[in-house]
Amino acid sequence: MSARRDAPNERDAAQQAAHVRYVLRLADTSLVLGQRLGEWVGHAPALEEDLGLANLALDLIGQARLLLTYAGELEGRGRDEDALAFLRDAPDFANLTLAEQPNGDFGHTIVRQWLLDAWQLEIYAGLLRSADTRLGAIAAKALKETRYHHRFSSGWLIRLGDGTAESHERVQAGLDSLWRFTAELFAADEVDERMQAAAITPALMELAPRWSARIDEDLAAATLKRPAAQPYPWHGRRGVHTEHLGHMLAEMQHLQRTYPGVRW
Amino acid sequence: MSAVIKLEGAAAREQAVWALLAEVADPEIPVLSIVDLGIVRHVRFEADGRLHVGITPTYSGCPATEVIRTAVRTALDAAGYADAALEEVLSPPWTSEWLTSAAHAKLKAFGIAPPQEPVASPSHLWHAPLVPCPRCGSRTTERLSEFGSTPCKAHYRCGACREPFDYFKCL
Repeated sequence: MSARRDAPNERDAAQQAAHVRYVLRLADTSLVLGQRLGEWVGHAPALEEDLGLANLALDLIGQARLLLTYAGELEGRGRDEDALAFLRDAPDFANLTLAEQPNGDFGHTIVRQWLLDAWQLEIYAGLLRSADTRLGAIAAKALKETRYHHRFSSGWLIRLGDGTAESHERVQAGLDSLWRFTAELFAADEVDERMQAAAITPALMELAPRWSARIDEDLAAATLKRPAAQPYPWHGRRGVHTEHLGHMLAEMQHLQRTYPGVRW
Repeated sequence: MSAVIKLEGAAAREQAVWALLAEVADPEIPVLSIVDLGIVRHVRFEADGRLHVGITPTYSGCPATEVIRTAVRTALDAAGYADAALEEVLSPPWTSEWLTSAAHAKLKAFGIAPPQEPVASPSHLWHAPLVPCPRCGSRTTERLSEFGSTPCKAHYRCGACREPFDYFKCL
């Protein structure tokens, strides 16, 4: 509790900053995850899965474009989707730490995708009733796509988990390694609290059990073991990232950094 | 009286614009127009006399979206509507249910199986829909991949004529 009440202008400014930040978190999570999936193009285990991962990447980057454009408008500093995607440094990115984790093997990528697909399912469904109609419209569109993303990732999770000893072991290893990043998915901070109070977003604590139930259901079908909860030292949403994001951005932003303002 | 005439005039002019846009082909499935696909959401002459055209993206990441926007702008410019407002409509989100019946027939004639099930069907969410072969009509087909050459298509193979074919997915 602060000792004095914020003046109306300060309150508006803080609310607007939180709004921009919230939209950027969604946008950056989609953008970074889409970029990671794009790294699989030409390398996936089979042509069909190569196409599948590329299609998911395309949807995610499309969602990121809608969200980044909106964040830029809300911010009102003249930054468009390209400025936000290509001209920010890692500490200015607000994605979930899980999204930036390297691809690893195919099983590892599938686990990361499935954890975040299940997260997006809850977030986008919750945003359908947002007081922010623009955000609600983007969520409604993204939700339709996220449903088949989850069908793809959970389908592979089950095939690999309930597959051979080798595939089971690898996908369980991916789960064990990535699980520590899941605590961030539903941890509310002051940005979330402001958005919830303004009825822009649903309460994260209401979404968490739904996510958890879906995760358990898929894990049971995949004969995988849910790892124990772990401490939560990562804050990608607050701009504190693992080392991997910087390397990814160096590649993603190379062209725009080298040739500023370059156009096709 | 004059108001009625003006209204009728606007309706006729809007019809003309719809006809114009029905000539704009989808860049990835050129047998369909953007009107066939349900991409054009509104055509209105508003009180200021300006033409407003609303278009919606099919999939968020569909690369054709920008090509379509440019094609619509070019078509409107060429028809003398250089001052038309081109608006992006996101809500309600595009659905394959908006494909016209003409679109279904054109897809099939082009060798692409049209969307099969109503999007509301729960089974559609979890199972590959049964898709008749657009070439021979056989129902013994199999899905090779849920993802195909464009975001809107899946890849199938016919068990009877052995031909591979694209299926326009439900969304």
